[in-house]
Amino acid sequence: MERETRKMKESKTIKILKEKFPKDILKFSAPFGDETLLIKKDSLIKIMKFLKENPELGYSLLLDITCVDYLGEKPRFELIYHIYSFRLNHRLRIKTRIDEKNPITESVISLWKNANWLEREVYDMFGIKFKNHPDLRRILMYDEFEGYPLRKDYPLRKRQPRLPGLE
Amino acid sequence: MKADFITTKLDYVLGWARKFSLFQYPFVTACCGMEYMAAACAHFDIDRFGAGLTRFSPRQADLLLVVGTVTQKLAPVLRKIYDQMTEPKWVIAIGACAVSGGIYNNYAVVQGIDKIIPVDVYIPGCPPRPEAILDALIKLQNKIQNQPQAWKWREKLGK
Repeated sequence: MERETRKMKESKTIKILKEKFPKDILKFSAPFGDETLLIKKDSLIKIMKFLKENPELGYSLLLDITCVDYLGEKPRFELIYHIYSFRLNHRLRIKTRIDEKNPITESVISLWKNANWLEREVYDMFGIKFKNHPDLRRILMYDEFEGYPLRKDYPLRKRQPRLPGLE
Repeated sequence: MKADFITTKLDYVLGWARKFSLFQYPFVTACCGMEYMAAACAHFDIDRFGAGLTRFSPRQADLLLVVGTVTQKLAPVLRKIYDQMTEPKWVIAIGACAVSGGIYNNYAVVQGIDKIIPVDVYIPGCPPRPEAILDALIKLQNKIQNQPQAWKWREKLGK
């Protein structure tokens, strides 16, 4: 990821964040010019709340929540938030790592309402649970589906036909 | 002698009548639907073969066209629609996804609708051209003409 990091100036957001949360930010990079922060899992809500509610920053839009399964690494999962500030016309990517044994993190619904369905999708595909989520059900797969299909250890050829006697 | 009657077999007449009045139910889920729409509209005109009347209720249809990808989540719906259709009924699987799952060899997609319902004619292609759909229809018509027809008196006679 670092190979494409440009020697560009850090944006205002990064400067403010580094000043305010020096211990919570683990890594900063800017692949293809997209500023990315790896932060501690426990400080996720704290930093997100600051990003959204600070009048200078105003990251009022949550674009996407997604996840990557780095099978074999520890911690295994990487949760990725894309947020956007209309005030600064700036996109920011926030990453945090989640352990396999306890795949649970705090929900950001209290900040952005659209996190509801996005977190349900991450739960559906990767089995990561979100604390304080009002309705954590599968969103794409059916309720009887077992396992989490986008995990790297989900068998490629495994079929779970919904009608009995199929395949 | 003036010939004002013909002799034929009941099976033949029923087949002839059925093959030229196919009421179709299009079960369209994906991009193959565009090709089906082209086949159904004026340019290719499926009505030339007597299959112009599209019914959007399975209870009034006797030809089920499965056009596009069918997922595991959708499988019970397709089965229900097939079960709702009245006999006699036929099924055409249009496009690679309906035939075999196509490019989607994964956890979500049914690997061919013949895992759920019986299929009479398969049309490969991604998507198939409208001509292929018309060709399949003609093949199905030949099949209908030549198959033993289901009719009430046959059951009474016990044949």
